[in-house]
Amino acid sequence: MSDLRHHPEGHDVLAEIKAEVAHELEDERPPAGGPGYQTVGALVGLAIGVGAAVMAYGYGLGSLHQPGPGLWPFVVSVVIVVLSALLLVVGRGLDDSEKFTRSSVLAGIGAITFVAFGLLMPLIGFEIPAVLLCVVWLRFLGGESWRNTVVISLLTTAVFYFLFLYGLRIPLPHLIAL
Amino acid sequence: MDLNAFLDGFALVVEPKNLLYCLIGVLIGMVIGVLPGLGPAATIAILLPITYSINPVSAIIMLAGIYYGAQYGGTITSVLLRLPGEASSVVTVFDGFALAKQGKAGTALGIAAIGSFVGATISIIGLTLLAPVVADIALDFGPPEYAALALLGVLLVATIGNGNMLKSLIAAAIGLLLATVGRDSFSGASRFTFDSLQLADGIDFVVVAMGLFGVGEILYNLEQRHGKPHVPAKVANVWPSRKDLRQSSGAIGRGSVIGFVLGVLPGGGAVLASLVAYAAEKRRSKTPERFGRGAVEGVAAPETANNAAATSSFIPLLTIGIPANASMAMLFGALLILGIAPGPQLVDEHPDLFWGVINSMYIGNLLLLILSIPLVGLFVRILRVRPAILAPITALITILGVYTINNSVFDIFLMIGFGIIGYLMKKAGFDPGPMVLAFVLGSLVESSARRSMLIFGGDPTGFFTRPLSGSILAIFVVVALLPVVRHFWRRRSARVEAAPGVAEVDAHGGPGGVGVTGDDGGRDVVVLPSDALDVAGVGERVRVAKSGAGQHDHHRTE
Repeated sequence: MSDLRHHPEGHDVLAEIKAEVAHELEDERPPAGGPGYQTVGALVGLAIGVGAAVMAYGYGLGSLHQPGPGLWPFVVSVVIVVLSALLLVVGRGLDDSEKFTRSSVLAGIGAITFVAFGLLMPLIGFEIPAVLLCVVWLRFLGGESWRNTVVISLLTTAVFYFLFLYGLRIPLPHLIAL
Repeated sequence: MDLNAFLDGFALVVEPKNLLYCLIGVLIGMVIGVLPGLGPAATIAILLPITYSINPVSAIIMLAGIYYGAQYGGTITSVLLRLPGEASSVVTVFDGFALAKQGKAGTALGIAAIGSFVGATISIIGLTLLAPVVADIALDFGPPEYAALALLGVLLVATIGNGNMLKSLIAAAIGLLLATVGRDSFSGASRFTFDSLQLADGIDFVVVAMGLFGVGEILYNLEQRHGKPHVPAKVANVWPSRKDLRQSSGAIGRGSVIGFVLGVLPGGGAVLASLVAYAAEKRRSKTPERFGRGAVEGVAAPETANNAAATSSFIPLLTIGIPANASMAMLFGALLILGIAPGPQLVDEHPDLFWGVINSMYIGNLLLLILSIPLVGLFVRILRVRPAILAPITALITILGVYTINNSVFDIFLMIGFGIIGYLMKKAGFDPGPMVLAFVLGSLVESSARRSMLIFGGDPTGFFTRPLSGSILAIFVVVALLPVVRHFWRRRSARVEAAPGVAEVDAHGGPGGVGVTGDDGGRDVVVLPSDALDVAGVGERVRVAKSGAGQHDHHRTE
């Protein structure tokens, strides 16, 4: 939808600026994913739409007069299918996706620590997982010094302990009873 | 307007407790506006669980404060770092950063703060007068009108919003689908529950919002962090001179009106308003070449307009019950959590909440004016805090917060799941905003549509023959077809590009019709692709290219 309006004589200047901006963006912006990413995106949409349509059909469509539980989700699914198919056809040239790079690993590790926290908290309370999460994020994902990491991790966990258990009186699973 | 209720609202706001929540809200808003990372919608999402533990009026006052406070904070990074804290401050970068380079950062911030205050206050007055009237009209709306309005809201947010329209629409449709998970309220049949007991009651809005916005953005920021320390420009005198004030008074006045009007439109909101206001000033100006090189009006207009719009975007939420943007969707969800159905009956059934929230904005903006003029140095210092230090803290707030809603570990994993989806969506160029908004409105659309079908006896043409729902749907069709028309129009005009004057034709009309023209012969061409617009408050970051004075490009939202 990009829409550049300018005086005809400003053509070259505009192209110049665009080139300059594109050049300067290179370090700011992660590289675009390319047609493969777009195709995958559209296919995921298509799969969701088709899957949901099949399931919705199974719930019973009913009639317009007496709509069944599946009618509305079926209609929405069909819309998803149509739009995704359209995207598959016209969207290949889009450059709004982002390539997964080495720093994407950071997001992956972040997600794993989230999951680990969810698994550990019911077992051993929130304090140790909280400290561990802080340490991983500060030291390994954030590149802070060990001194900062230790201080901030312990401080943050302590503040949360008092905030949730005493300030808001919310019964989080906890290890240390005061 | 019920004057007593209005005054009672003020009495409520000046209660120390509510004042405190208002202050906390605007402070948080200002801080997250300044900090790169989370936007207002994500912040409100992360703090949603708090609504379970404090009283409704205070909770909404605080969450609202975060939203409009962020509009103030976003200015600071635009001016000092050339890095708009919020999408609605992107245009401010053009002249704000130019002013900062000339050593006039203080002037830019001062004018922006004053403009923001005036714009917001004018808009609140408009809101105060208009909201009860709109609510009164909306009382006549039946299910067909609601179905049509909610659909139009979703469509507008998807089309005017950030990113590719097709992708936004797909995201919105998937949001509608997600809303159907659980037991069907009409027939009792289970849908998309995959035999999970936890899904039988549907997916909790808070979990979806915290996942897609909160966790998604946190993960995304982990990857994006560059570790480059920000070195903000020096801020000297923030009090603008009389000359600056005189020069920008017109821009502030016009910006207020533009912002107020556009803010009411679903999907329009703060981003669109700031662009239109900037364009309007530049077009009016006798010396348009000053724009982009440090014109005070170029800061005053968009900053006034985005605050006015942020304020007036409360109107559809408080009067009809349709959120106009992602942040409003968060407030919509918060109200539902509190057991309050936002809609035309709100003003009569919960006058304390209705007037409490509106009147808290008068106070909140006054607080923000104080925070952003005398105390601006404090916020500039916040810029030195490294994002790496804040990341684990937000992560912990999110994960502990979602657990406290139902004391459920399942919710944690569901939220992480949505977080990963949100992250992948961002990588693939899908904006999660329309999805959350559609999710919030999903059950309203479905139940209204089904109730309407009962009213019409199974005849869908009934939607079109009722005058109100018919006209809403007519607008829907126009909005839906506009991009197609525009596409062909552009192809045609591209073919005759060489002909003089043709390039001046506005191929962009309609609700998204932002005319930012480079009308000074090209040296100062401002390139603002409409697909880079962000739904106000979705919490997207928009970086602006490093460019010499007078050459700008707003390139993209992350």
